[in-house]
Amino acid sequence: MHAESAGVRASTYGDLYLARRADLLAWSRKYSIWPFNFGLSCCYVEMATSITSKYDIARFGSEIIRGSPREADLMVVAGTVFVKMAPLVLHMYEQMMEPRWVICMGSCAGSGGMYDIYSVVQGVDTFLPVDVYVQGCPPSPDAFIRGLVLLGEAVASEKRPLSWLVGPQGVVRSAKPSLRDAMRPERQKQTDLRSPDGL
Amino acid sequence: MNALLSLAAYLAVVIVLVGLLMVVTHLSGERHLQKGTADPYESGVTPTGSARLRFSADFYLVSMFFVIFDVSAVFLFAWAVAVRQLGWVGYAAILVFMIETVVGLAYLWRMGAFAWGARRLREHRERHGVSSAR
Repeated sequence: MHAESAGVRASTYGDLYLARRADLLAWSRKYSIWPFNFGLSCCYVEMATSITSKYDIARFGSEIIRGSPREADLMVVAGTVFVKMAPLVLHMYEQMMEPRWVICMGSCAGSGGMYDIYSVVQGVDTFLPVDVYVQGCPPSPDAFIRGLVLLGEAVASEKRPLSWLVGPQGVVRSAKPSLRDAMRPERQKQTDLRSPDGL
Repeated sequence: MNALLSLAAYLAVVIVLVGLLMVVTHLSGERHLQKGTADPYESGVTPTGSARLRFSADFYLVSMFFVIFDVSAVFLFAWAVAVRQLGWVGYAAILVFMIETVVGLAYLWRMGAFAWGARRLREHRERHGVSSAR
């Protein structure tokens, strides 16, 4: 779908070739998002659980957890961001190489959560460009994986320069739809609380 | 001659491939330079001081002794896996080797190489007189 629209716009064969190559690169990026091994508090436990065999984010191409920001593509801000820690988080984000993305995981990272207090940053989007917000306190590994899949879809559809030397620079990001609105009809159908003992 | 030719071809392919990969990755992709981008990674903390620290020379001695006696263990393992095939001749050879190693160990011990810190200083003073070492 995306490749076709790019192909129609391409006026010459060279443009078409470049557009196809950009799509191929975007597709490759989508399935090789390597997370940065980094966590601030309890949400990180849920993020780490998503790596285990039961959840297994390797299914989505994110199995390689990098200990260095130079090799990582994805920063998952998992946990309460204290004012004291914010400069360090920003420093590590600056050390990550392009392309890089940020998932904001949990209530604390998203809005400060229940810590409406002087020592906690009221949302990491005050100093970081967040791509996907995952709600929950803490979000389950399933919710994190859903966020990862959403990020993958956004990565596949965004436009990035092929080279820092030639071509148009700058990133054209895709829109960030609200899942709350999209899921509302389905969620409102859930009226019964089922027992946790069975499926 | 034929094997040499294949080796040369292999070398050429490796050089061309690695060169191509390095050039393409240098030219492609995005670049950015922010305040902390070029800093060494220290878990988000700004690095302080230099990585060139001064250590006591004693640590160097310890590491050298470790290497020497570790290599002797390598010979011991190589003999141990083939102990039946080598027979008594092999046993005699490894015995001579181990005795030499133990003699070396005793020599190092005697000259105070294993003494550490204040004890090394004291033994040095006893051997050479108080005035020569401060």
